[in-house]
Amino acid sequence: MSSTTATAGAVAQARRTSLHRQRAWTLKASYAVLTLMVVFFLVPPFYMVMTSLKSSAEISAQQGNPWIVQHPTLANFAELIANSNFQTFFVNSVIVTVLVVVISMSISVLAAFSLTRMGFWGSQTLATGVFLTYLIPASLLFIPLFQIIGKLGLINSFWCLVLLYPTLAVPFCTWIMIGYFSSIPRELDEAALIDGAGYMQMLLRIFIPVAMPGIIAATIFAFTASWGAFLYPLAYLYTTDQMVLTVGIVSDLIRGDVFQWGKIMAGCVLAAVPPVLIYAFLMDYYIAGLTAGATKG
Amino acid sequence: MADGTSISANLAAPARAAMAPPSGMRKFMRRRSTIAVLMAMPLILLIAGLVIWPAIYAIWLSMLNKRMTQFVGLGNYAFLLKRNTFQLVIFQSCLFAVTAVILKALLGFIVAHLMHNIPGKNQRIWRGLLLVPWVIPLALSTLSWWWLFDPSYSAFNWILNSLGFQSVPWLGVGWNARFAVIAVNVWFGTPFFMIMYLAALKSVPEQLYEAAAIDGAGPVQKLLHVTLPMMRNIIAITVLFSLIVTFADFDIVRILTAGGPQDMTHLFATYAFSVGIQSGDIPLGASVSLFMLPILAVAAFFVLRGVTRRTQEIAA
Repeated sequence: MSSTTATAGAVAQARRTSLHRQRAWTLKASYAVLTLMVVFFLVPPFYMVMTSLKSSAEISAQQGNPWIVQHPTLANFAELIANSNFQTFFVNSVIVTVLVVVISMSISVLAAFSLTRMGFWGSQTLATGVFLTYLIPASLLFIPLFQIIGKLGLINSFWCLVLLYPTLAVPFCTWIMIGYFSSIPRELDEAALIDGAGYMQMLLRIFIPVAMPGIIAATIFAFTASWGAFLYPLAYLYTTDQMVLTVGIVSDLIRGDVFQWGKIMAGCVLAAVPPVLIYAFLMDYYIAGLTAGATKG
Repeated sequence: MADGTSISANLAAPARAAMAPPSGMRKFMRRRSTIAVLMAMPLILLIAGLVIWPAIYAIWLSMLNKRMTQFVGLGNYAFLLKRNTFQLVIFQSCLFAVTAVILKALLGFIVAHLMHNIPGKNQRIWRGLLLVPWVIPLALSTLSWWWLFDPSYSAFNWILNSLGFQSVPWLGVGWNARFAVIAVNVWFGTPFFMIMYLAALKSVPEQLYEAAAIDGAGPVQKLLHVTLPMMRNIIAITVLFSLIVTFADFDIVRILTAGGPQDMTHLFATYAFSVGIQSGDIPLGASVSLFMLPILAVAAFFVLRGVTRRTQEIAA
């Protein structure tokens, strides 16, 4: 009896050390593969930054390692910031994005509140419809929308983006907000109703503060969707005074066969800064928004 | 903005009025649902006006001739199906979507597992680094890929040359270009899968693994009989969702190859753009886009089913 427990103990001991060794090995292997993935993922942004710091002479020289900048210069950035076209693109992007975020969030918060808390005939169907709309890609409807935008006289005006981008943002934002609002306990609204609050007061004083994380996540989504959209501005805008960053960088900096790669990359870096900054400071909300589609609501 | 504020301003008054007099319950309910409809109205108008109406309009447009003067029925569809270029588009779209989604799902699954292995306090920084491709607007990062693939200045070719290999014409030869657009899509989409799978992995109860270990299950058996069944729904949802997005992709192909060489990398979206907007044949472009509809509808149906089930699982 005692001998069996002793051998069993030894076996367990041996297994524990081998298990320990195995764990350590797994950990090292995990880090190694993750490092490889990080390298793969960071190559384009790294090269973007490197190129943006090169002079055009260095880019065309074709000597030495292209991955490392030999004589870093901020000339590309300085020229771009002074370039009036680039300023226009940036300002247009900011105007469009701010308006779209405000419009989309107002529409989604009101609709999500109405769908989760008030309800009306067909509100369930509408909630499902909202989710289905989210699954409709922009590239399915851009041709009929071209005709519709044309009839509204908004072709080559960035106001057409203010009109169209909410269709990209609102369905998902509403879906996120439905998820967050339905997790708020009903006792809260009953208490508010007993205290004599109206629905608008309930929404503004209770729902919006309590669901703040959801609102931040949805706002981030609306921001990234409208800041980075490419198809609509490419299809509907064609003069430099109306363009936004995503298409402006290409159309303005490529003249015929001349590619000013240093400036193009500098433009990309500048255009990527706002979303990257938001991501750096609000990563948790960003990820909450990303995973909300499938795990909430 | 205008819509949102005006409606909220209008709403405040009736909402308070509804609360003040202790009138009959039925009247109250009727008021309440009227207010509810009003609050959802901007959403309904947006979806009806800019999603449903264009969709119906697209079907109508696709049945007109090029000048939009004559009704041609299904003529555009028949014309497209007979064209060699369009057959290439169908093949390339399916190849692109299926290959890219499989690769993204596999890589995402592996990376999520590796992330799950490492200690929790280190996960944040790694997750932060691995999500970068998803954060940079796709059109911008594709520009930087384009520059990496440049015929004369390609930085990849510099590496190949210094290792003693020949330069590769990344975007100049059909199958190379097909590989390149898939690679960029995988680069962009893998972080999404990783984040979804990591969230799902964390929600698998630890006791299940302990129970499996007591029953003598090895790592492979744990994966097959615990992890995969627990994650099945999330895997299905993400794969189908990504299939829709990848199938309808536009930015990558438009910027990298604009459909070339010899139309070998065109997807439905880029081909619709070049036919409908650039060549000005709106009806034909509309029919090209509409070819995506059946596939998207099937995928969307299953996504919806998966999400509903997932919701029920969470509720239960």
